[in-house]
Amino acid sequence: MIDVNKQGEVWVFAEQHNGQLEDTPIELMSKAHRLADTLGVKLAAAVLGDGARDIATKLIHYGADKVYLAEHPLLGTYQTNSYAKVMFDLIHKYEPQIVLYGATAAGRDLAPRIASAAKAGLTADCTDLQIGDHQVTKNGDIHKNLLFQVRPAFGGNIIATIINYDRWPQMATVREGVMPMSEPDVSRKGEVIEEKVQISKQDLPLEILEEHKRPKKVNLKAARIIVAGGAGVGSKDNFQLIWDLANCLGAAPAATRAAVDLGFIDSDHQVGQTGTTVRPSLYLAVGISGAIQHQAGMSQSQKVIAINNDPDAPIFQIAHYKIVGDLNVVVPKMIKAIKEKSIKEEKTVKA
Amino acid sequence: MAYNCVVLIKQVPDTKRITGEAMNDDGTVNRSALPAIFNPEDLNALELALQIKDKFGGKITVITMGLPAASAILRDSLFRGADDAILITDQRCAASDTLATSYILSCAVKKVGNYDIVLCGRQAIDGDTAQVGPQLAEKLGIPQITYVEELIELNSKSITARRNIGAGWQQVRTELPALLTVTGDANEPRVAAAKKMMKYKNARTPIEIEQKIRAENTEATEADIRELAKHKCSKLEEKGLLIKQWDLDFLEADLNWCGRTGSPTKVHRIQSVVLAAKESKSIEPSEKGISDMIHELIEDKIIS
Repeated sequence: MIDVNKQGEVWVFAEQHNGQLEDTPIELMSKAHRLADTLGVKLAAAVLGDGARDIATKLIHYGADKVYLAEHPLLGTYQTNSYAKVMFDLIHKYEPQIVLYGATAAGRDLAPRIASAAKAGLTADCTDLQIGDHQVTKNGDIHKNLLFQVRPAFGGNIIATIINYDRWPQMATVREGVMPMSEPDVSRKGEVIEEKVQISKQDLPLEILEEHKRPKKVNLKAARIIVAGGAGVGSKDNFQLIWDLANCLGAAPAATRAAVDLGFIDSDHQVGQTGTTVRPSLYLAVGISGAIQHQAGMSQSQKVIAINNDPDAPIFQIAHYKIVGDLNVVVPKMIKAIKEKSIKEEKTVKA
Repeated sequence: MAYNCVVLIKQVPDTKRITGEAMNDDGTVNRSALPAIFNPEDLNALELALQIKDKFGGKITVITMGLPAASAILRDSLFRGADDAILITDQRCAASDTLATSYILSCAVKKVGNYDIVLCGRQAIDGDTAQVGPQLAEKLGIPQITYVEELIELNSKSITARRNIGAGWQQVRTELPALLTVTGDANEPRVAAAKKMMKYKNARTPIEIEQKIRAENTEATEADIRELAKHKCSKLEEKGLLIKQWDLDFLEADLNWCGRTGSPTKVHRIQSVVLAAKESKSIEPSEKGISDMIHELIEDKIIS
């Protein structure tokens, strides 16, 4: 734990694997930049790895004022203990007031280990971050400019704002996909600080025997239009309707957890609290009742079209276009309408 | 060789059935207003321990920290095959965040001692933080293997497991002792065994006994209640049916690291989720209705 230190920087842990920067730290940069501006301090990224200098430059383009670069052959592959030790040392050396991590598999493995060693607070899976003041009920003390760590809890039924005013740094993991990425500015300049790393084989208690990474079958985060099906679609065969509608819209096919559990489609396509969080221009919810856990992953969509035969389905509460009807009738009509319109458009263009 | 497993379990409110009335004014949860269940992935952790015991032998100790009512999941664990169960209950544990919780649990695991494998569910469905496992591993100074979906190999020196790393998996090996966090995909938890249910259905924690005596003897003095409880406890203990109950004094825990004082994170505000579209239109499921809607979306450049 470090002392409360209002001059401390805002840090982002820049997760990378094999020299490839993950999306989440980039998503975090634009938000972290605003937090740092509000506090009037610098934004820094911490990169651990072996041969990660290119990543440092990239992070500056995405908004870092400073990059702490910790390179060592033993940091080439992510491991909990080695990464936790180096991050712990960096935090105690520079005393940042805020440290943010992506809530990825590695981020959620690493951050609690650091928090425990540092005896500092950590809030999991935040969906928003703000700067604000907090008054302690017991003694009326006011703590200014704290990190408001906003997260859903209790299966998404409530939103809790968590603070940490006495044992710093203030740390949080942030859900993937909830913060929009900003465009890089290649003219930005920043400072790269090379760190000497004290690390030995003993800090690597795991032996990684085998690793299989596979790219996700679909990139839902980047999709402009998403067509998602729920349990109401009825069967894997009938899920073809979702694929067809997605195809003619140039959209990504997606599903609720219920549809994935029923085997209609692979879990890579899952949207919701336990799946991917998406923010497309258009989200078509087909045969989806709209459980709060699903809404948590798609409520930031610009426009929502819901098709369901139950007029009381909760999904209609957040839909801009409500279609109460049988999806087996509505979806084919929709495909037909889209095809007709696009043919007409083409004709207009040609004329 | 046999392995001693310690399994950390939690009783959680069934988060699929939460209403605003279940929240206290201070932003904490009124757990008594919700149906309480065995945290699902903790059942997977217990199942993995049971499979290790079935194959290699050894002892399984389950530990939970919580209110007296959490005794129910300890009994459930005994029904399924755990050998020993411990309830950590103490008012000074209240309002512990993940850091304070992992500290208290680390004191308990150290007290149990002589462990080879510590198992936790990946995360609990009330907070979904997945933090207590890694924090506990750090406090015990042992390696962690998170998101375990399969145990590959176990021998006197090391454990090999397959872990889910999001888009893909990893097979890792580490020396014992180690801590594992187990996912819901790891196994199908067994149901309670009828024989064990018969054996343990009357197993109780001291606090449950005391509460029952208090409810049945409203006129009795404090001293009488204590005497009665003591008597009943020793009778149960003779039959091997007294579930262990530890408090922070017994754990010799440093109170600065427990409960509210030991928790760096505090609740600033709690809001109920209200989701509603700003503007909303009903569309007729007719060809014209749908065609007009598609036209509007093209006009608005939402689809092209």
